Amino acid sequence: MVSTVNALFTQQLTVLNAGLQSFADNITRAGGEAVALSWQPPAGGDREGGMVLASLLNHPQIEAANEQAMAQYLAAQPMLVDVMRAGEAIPALDKHKRILHAGPPIAWNDMCGPVQGAILGAILYEQWADTLEQAQALIEQGEVSFEPCHHYDAVAPMAGIISRSMPLWVVENTENSQRVYSNFNEGLGKVLRFGANGDVVIERLHWMGTELAEAMKAMLAESGPIELKPIMAQALHMGDEVHNRNIAATGLLLKQLLPALLSTALPIEQIQRAIRFITANDHFFLNLSMAACKSMLKAAEGVPGSTMVTVMARNGVNFGIRLSSTGDTWFQAPANPVDGLFFPGYGVDDAAADLGDSAITETAGVGGFAMASSPAIVKFVGGTPADATQNSRSMQHVTLGSNPAFTLPALNFAPTAAGIDARKVLDSSVLPIINTGIAHKEAGVGQIGAGITTAPMSCFVDALNALARQISR
Amino acid sequence: MATQHKVFKNLYQDSVSLMQVSSRLDQMDGIEGASVVMGTEANLVRIADAGFGESISAKPSDLVIAVQGDAAACDAAMVAAEQALAAKPDDSGDGVSTAQPVRSFALALEQHPQANLALISVPGEYAAAEAIKALNFGLNVMMFSDNVSIADERTIKHLAQEKNLMVMGPDCGTAIINGIPLGFANVVRRGAIGVVAASGTGLQEATCRIHQLGEGVSQALGTGGHDLHQDVGGLSMLHGLQALADDPQTDVVVLISKPPAQAIADKILARAASITKPVVVNFLGQGSPATVMDGVYFADSLAHSAEVAVALYRNQMEPAAQSCSQADSDTVSRLAAGLSDAQRYIRGVFAGGTFCYEAQIIAASYDLRASSNTPSKGNSELTDLWRSQGHTIVDLGDDAFTQGCPHPMIDPTLRNQRLLQEAQDPETAAVLFDLVLGYGAAEEPLTDLLTVIEQARQQTAPPVFIAHVCGTDADPQSRQQIQMALRDAGVQLADSNAHASHLAASLVASL
Repeated sequence: MVSTVNALFTQQLTVLNAGLQSFADNITRAGGEAVALSWQPPAGGDREGGMVLASLLNHPQIEAANEQAMAQYLAAQPMLVDVMRAGEAIPALDKHKRILHAGPPIAWNDMCGPVQGAILGAILYEQWADTLEQAQALIEQGEVSFEPCHHYDAVAPMAGIISRSMPLWVVENTENSQRVYSNFNEGLGKVLRFGANGDVVIERLHWMGTELAEAMKAMLAESGPIELKPIMAQALHMGDEVHNRNIAATGLLLKQLLPALLSTALPIEQIQRAIRFITANDHFFLNLSMAACKSMLKAAEGVPGSTMVTVMARNGVNFGIRLSSTGDTWFQAPANPVDGLFFPGYGVDDAAADLGDSAITETAGVGGFAMASSPAIVKFVGGTPADATQNSRSMQHVTLGSNPAFTLPALNFAPTAAGIDARKVLDSSVLPIINTGIAHKEAGVGQIGAGITTAPMSCFVDALNALARQISR
Repeated sequence: MATQHKVFKNLYQDSVSLMQVSSRLDQMDGIEGASVVMGTEANLVRIADAGFGESISAKPSDLVIAVQGDAAACDAAMVAAEQALAAKPDDSGDGVSTAQPVRSFALALEQHPQANLALISVPGEYAAAEAIKALNFGLNVMMFSDNVSIADERTIKHLAQEKNLMVMGPDCGTAIINGIPLGFANVVRRGAIGVVAASGTGLQEATCRIHQLGEGVSQALGTGGHDLHQDVGGLSMLHGLQALADDPQTDVVVLISKPPAQAIADKILARAASITKPVVVNFLGQGSPATVMDGVYFADSLAHSAEVAVALYRNQMEPAAQSCSQADSDTVSRLAAGLSDAQRYIRGVFAGGTFCYEAQIIAASYDLRASSNTPSKGNSELTDLWRSQGHTIVDLGDDAFTQGCPHPMIDPTLRNQRLLQEAQDPETAAVLFDLVLGYGAAEEPLTDLLTVIEQARQQTAPPVFIAHVCGTDADPQSRQQIQMALRDAGVQLADSNAHASHLAASLVASL
């Protein structure tokens, strides 16, 4: 067989130069073609990780698997179909005293303040205890178990607490009938998801679990299933990135929801209270955006060999990711610090580590990946519109492709970067960007700022190491 | 006339974008009409009325593309529409700078799919991974990086073999591909002589000599210094030899290496004998084997390998190996006459590792046993790197000297200091040195060198300076001018490293 180097002898030489810039310059001076890379040690300088990465690049099995996972993600059609009691949707919650939380698994003693506070609140809400002390004792006796929402195809923002009596949105992918879940958004201020567990919080949860849940269920029975991707796509053209800004999406949802809600046979006072609650909460759509994202990514799960990231989530201590091909295994690292702005009176020492399942939005190609859509919150997360478009562009370096369903006006309606490829994260040293709120480290204080953070490199290195053990070249 | 339509499920696009795509399709040759709309009931009625068909079923969240025209144009329009809908930001043409740092081969290949060679000079610990990546993307590889383990080198070269790609290196300093100098390389004319070398300066010397003799180089491939190690097996040299055997532009092949392991040497020579082109071999210091091999010619030095190759290409008699001619003897006598009784030793100060090695071999042929930081067979290790003793020939490009400072080819400061030190030693008879030109080498190699030589020549009993300039008149630094300046400074110049070494060694041996 004639070597491909013989083909090279007959071609115009084009050199990709990694290392000394002067070599590329000399080639150009001598009349040749050279492209100088801005090379950086891959995998954050982890030599072994870099070797594993090298063996997985342009690998036929992985390329085919990623194509399949990406196609399934793109084809997903998440529809809001129902509202159910959590214990009914997720029977494991009715069987034991089990509470779901955001992010990867974590033991009670290791949890951050807001998550512990929210869990204690959930125990009071479920009336498993009458006081915080009793609730604490119950936990210490081992009566209550904790598991990530993602283990039950659920997602929830910040502390991400789901207990059996809470209402869940049910989102179904009509392509494959898979269902995923998210809780209802409580609004801002003293809320369970920031660890608050006072009477007002518990009373609001009771009202949401009864009157609001009933109204939403009845409304959906009237409206029929609601398509979520078109709402997200339109909201991206109206200044939302559907993670930290959901005001347009909430309005678009209301447009669909109001006629149906008014057509129900519910008492008008109940309808009024429901509408007042929803219209007062600019983040009402967030949990639906998250469920829609989870639905799209669940469609991409379980493809052997795929390096596509299907989950990114944080529990207030660790950041965890999962790949399509590596099943239920979490790859974790301490969460990276948030680069952001604090509300007056708060600073970095007050902040909990990054928290919540809402990074599912970035995993699906919106949120921080669609920052160019949302100049309105660019300053809120400490940047300029130019930074925002730059961020959206740079995410193209770490994704398998883009999602034509979600386009960005600021980038001349280019589709959002979507389908994070763990290999590209290592290879380009570009970390996935996440828009995030900052919670106070003590339970119940609430949100104290917002900013931008990134997914830690070592999660992706560990994930590829695990994948490499499945793959042979 | 044909009509075609396609429904993209759940693909929302704003109406302006849709109109833009529509109008782009409308303008395509052979298209009578195009409609790109969201699949609302009203839109479906409208496109049915427009004659795009009654049977289109779509939901309001679906995007519908319908075109009319000749069949081929409809197909082309569908392709164009899909591309327009999937355009990336960088294609957007919105005038905003989209320049992003290109951090990886994968990204560079997206922008330059025609790329065909990766040149890797990253720190050694990361170099193996970059080479494997480049090979996995189908790129040929030159690895300038060193400090790559033999195990990694084997992995890389076996992968290259599997993928039928060329790997030059690790630790490959020089190559010339399609006339383009890579790494440290000289500007030589293109021609019919191909070179494969396991030594960077060896390759530079051979290619420069070919150029100086009026011929040219088809390709010059480096293999890296460890390729002929027992555990690597000469994979790159065998691959390069085969590539040159198959290359119609190459008529004669030159192979250069320090003496390889016997088994590897046998394998390479057997392959060399099996190809139909003449192959000139210089395994430094290893003379011709007892058995004659058809079509394989053994050269005595780096320069001699070029001379033999040129003669073979020109169908001329093989030139004799370099030794001292009558003219040289006269020169040596003249130089010796100016030396005092105390001046007895040869002091070699080299930037090129292979030049240092070759000089030691030639000195040994005059029974001059020298000390060196890189001793050849029979020579001894220099006890103090910074102090010469008796006959001493050092390679200042060796790791022992370059820890924390640049290679003397790039920055000659260290070499110039050592030259002065040797010249000031009352026991030094001859200072032998090299000056390497070309891309990558110092742009102004004479700046301090002439000062140093001038200073040395002011002494009461200066030693003789003998040098050779490895380069061509086409190099960024002009060889002609540099030679003239050195001659004016009283340096005895030779055509090649071998010639310079013979002059110095015969001079010292005659004392």
